[in-house]
Amino acid sequence: MNEISLMAEEHYQRLQQRNADDVKVLWDLLDAVKDPEVPALSIWDLGILRDIQCNGDQIVIIITPTYSGCPAMDNIRTDVIQCLNDNGYADVTVNMSLSPAWSSEWMSPEGRTKLRQYGIAPPEDAELDADGLTPDAHAACPHCGSRNTHRVSEFGSTACKALFQCDDCGEPFDYFKKI
Amino acid sequence: MSDQMKNALLEYTTRLGDDAVVLGHRISEWVSYGPFLEEDIAYGNVALDYIGRARMFYTYAAELADDGRDEDDFAYMRNDREYHNLLLLELPKGDFAYSQVRQLFADVYYTLMLPQLLQSKDERLAAIAAKAIKETKYHLRRSRDWVLRLGEGTDESHRRAQKALDQLWGYTHELFDMDETEQLLADADIGVDVSKLRDDWLAMVTEIVTNATLSVPEDSWAVRGGRIGYHTENLGHMLTEMQIVHRSHPGCKW
Repeated sequence: MNEISLMAEEHYQRLQQRNADDVKVLWDLLDAVKDPEVPALSIWDLGILRDIQCNGDQIVIIITPTYSGCPAMDNIRTDVIQCLNDNGYADVTVNMSLSPAWSSEWMSPEGRTKLRQYGIAPPEDAELDADGLTPDAHAACPHCGSRNTHRVSEFGSTACKALFQCDDCGEPFDYFKKI
Repeated sequence: MSDQMKNALLEYTTRLGDDAVVLGHRISEWVSYGPFLEEDIAYGNVALDYIGRARMFYTYAAELADDGRDEDDFAYMRNDREYHNLLLLELPKGDFAYSQVRQLFADVYYTLMLPQLLQSKDERLAAIAAKAIKETKYHLRRSRDWVLRLGEGTDESHRRAQKALDQLWGYTHELFDMDETEQLLADADIGVDVSKLRDDWLAMVTEIVTNATLSVPEDSWAVRGGRIGYHTENLGHMLTEMQIVHRSHPGCKW
């Protein structure tokens, strides 16, 4: 299957920011920090990592939650500090930023591919309903690619996902909701 | 900012946190009691959204109070009289129809209220609203679909949904009350003038309820008092359960 990945404007802006940053090495190091709920994705892939500020030896990392009650945030905070400490950066603070609110558009194209390989359909693998929400059918199955699928539940194993089942291969799968 | 305005903002932010944690806790009581597994998970998700919202409001309130308290102190170390949540949200979960009708009332309310809060001149409140709006869209679709399904379902589900509407209606009036604190903030474009939301709320609820072949109750009684700490007996019981671990093991960390 040929995949033509169009980059969302939001992601393009993030990429520009990352590449232009003086501390690109820190961005690269933090690629090692994964979302504990979706370990296939780094916090960069998910768009949770928003900014890195350096003031001498002081490093401030800005992260944003996907959903208000995302229980992974506390773990991610600890993992970020651990990761940078292990690499010789002692003075690390992690701040949470709420605005602008996280959008699934911020996910990187690599992240979307990794999600599929992990068995989760990314947001663009379903056509949204008229309200812009998860449809009740036809999200592409990440296992066999079939569109012959139906929604089992609007809310899945974590706040960011809905649950689908494939009517061809029979496998249930998570769909990463668009917000 | 004047002291009067600062106190009002602290009170307002705490109220919004109280609303969120109380409803979040009530919804969480459904976990492991849902009618089927997926619905159980859905309820868990919605509860988490509200508890996350409460954390954001309480964290901000703690910063405003600047007296050494943190978000946990707000949630776990205040008594029922210090909670200023809407009464509707503290009522026990009841049966499934009761919880879904309450959820519909709340979801329609937040669908109207949050876009107004997004316009707040207070950046923190606006930022919290921006996150919550996205989640509420999903909440409303679920509670609306359930009310339609219960109303148009069996005689039993219809009867229970109508009973829930009748029992809860008198608690909805308080949602649109303004007091001095909220008026001060609304006039300063910081808080929401909820009294202006009533007509739209009624129109949206009426449409959904009518489509579900249920009837909108008449306005025959109204209960008020949550915003000044006068509660139904239910909140005390709820807080006892919610706060006991924290209070029994002060300062304990995982």
